[in-house]
Amino acid sequence: MATLDDLKKRIASVKSTQKITKAMKMVAAAKLRRAQENAEKGRPYSEKMNNIILNLSSGISDKENAPKLLLGTGEEKIHLCIVLTSDRGLCGGFNSNIIKKAKAYFKKISDERKILKIITVGSKGYDQLKRVYKDSIVEKISFKDSKTINYLNAEKVGKMIIENFEKKEFDVCTIFYNKFKNVITQIPQEQQIIPLKTSEVEGNSFDDNYEFEPDEDEILSNLLPKNISTQIFKAMLENSASEQGSRMSAMDSATRNAGEMVDKLTIEYNRSRQAAITKELIEIISGAESL
Amino acid sequence: MGEEFKIEIVNPEKSFLSKEDVTEVVVPAFEGEMGILKDHISIISFLKPGVIKIFSKSGEENYYVEDGIVEFKDNNLSVLTSSIFNIKNIDKNKINELLKQAEENSKNSEITDQDKYLIDQKIDVLRTLN
Repeated sequence: MATLDDLKKRIASVKSTQKITKAMKMVAAAKLRRAQENAEKGRPYSEKMNNIILNLSSGISDKENAPKLLLGTGEEKIHLCIVLTSDRGLCGGFNSNIIKKAKAYFKKISDERKILKIITVGSKGYDQLKRVYKDSIVEKISFKDSKTINYLNAEKVGKMIIENFEKKEFDVCTIFYNKFKNVITQIPQEQQIIPLKTSEVEGNSFDDNYEFEPDEDEILSNLLPKNISTQIFKAMLENSASEQGSRMSAMDSATRNAGEMVDKLTIEYNRSRQAAITKELIEIISGAESL
Repeated sequence: MGEEFKIEIVNPEKSFLSKEDVTEVVVPAFEGEMGILKDHISIISFLKPGVIKIFSKSGEENYYVEDGIVEFKDNNLSVLTSSIFNIKNIDKNKINELLKQAEENSKNSEITDQDKYLIDQKIDVLRTLN
């Protein structure tokens, strides 16, 4: 049985842990609000982009010569996966959920005997994947230094993907990220961006009475690379909101658990203190009786 | 009146500008400047570096853009761009910086003709702004 001193020390340590988790929860809550706002502000751009692409690709005249980014290379041999994770830990199941989703996909790829290439964005994803998939990881990117998510970062990733695509390094490209639903739910997503799945492009306006200047093909080949960056940017925004949400709920339950633990330990401490006093009394009384 | 239409300019981070009382917009489309009035036919085009002029009841506004896509449909003009500045607020240093960068890029011999054309356009526009 732990001595009184030990118990006292443990209570103190749990209490200071609780202080840290509480502070982290507060910080995450503040950051969450900003991240959520950013994610919402970023939505019109990607939605409009999607709509235009949908309109364009439905109106395309010459399907044979359509840009490869839309149709794919005609093969499905090499799969490139972009796994977007956070740079920091202590955010509950956030990273593990993405990794789990990605690993299921990787397994499917290797079962079909196709070649797998991985790019990790965010250091936590790399840490979790490097043990098993070290040979498949072609690049790891981390934006640890930049405090906010900006479009330039997403553009860098997008350009890299397109360069690799033009060098015929891969045929299919999929991104993995967490979609922010609300503070307690984030849904891991897999989204294929090359070739673009037009059926999955959200949008309802459908109109083929557009005039194009210059022609559709040229606009499409100008637009599709931009769309890649936009999709990545969207994923990054969703991810950051999800990360803060996930951290907030993780830290909230950690704080609650610490509170419970402090209660339990305090009861144990009081009980053993009482026991010690009772024991001492009995000793004194029985000592007095024997006289 | 009935001569007005809506314009919305969005960049990846946020909705940059939204106006409902626009009478005319001139955009630097890829194949030349294009003026848009109410009831223009639906059109999609992309932009080269240049100046977007927006005429509305409250006056004229000018924005410098580097690239982007315009879509006009049902009297809604959407401009998607990743780099846009209000000419009123842009300072000389920023212009010089962009100009220097563009001039350096144009010296690069590996770029394609189309990129070269776009960069030359950019230099021209920036010089006039300066």
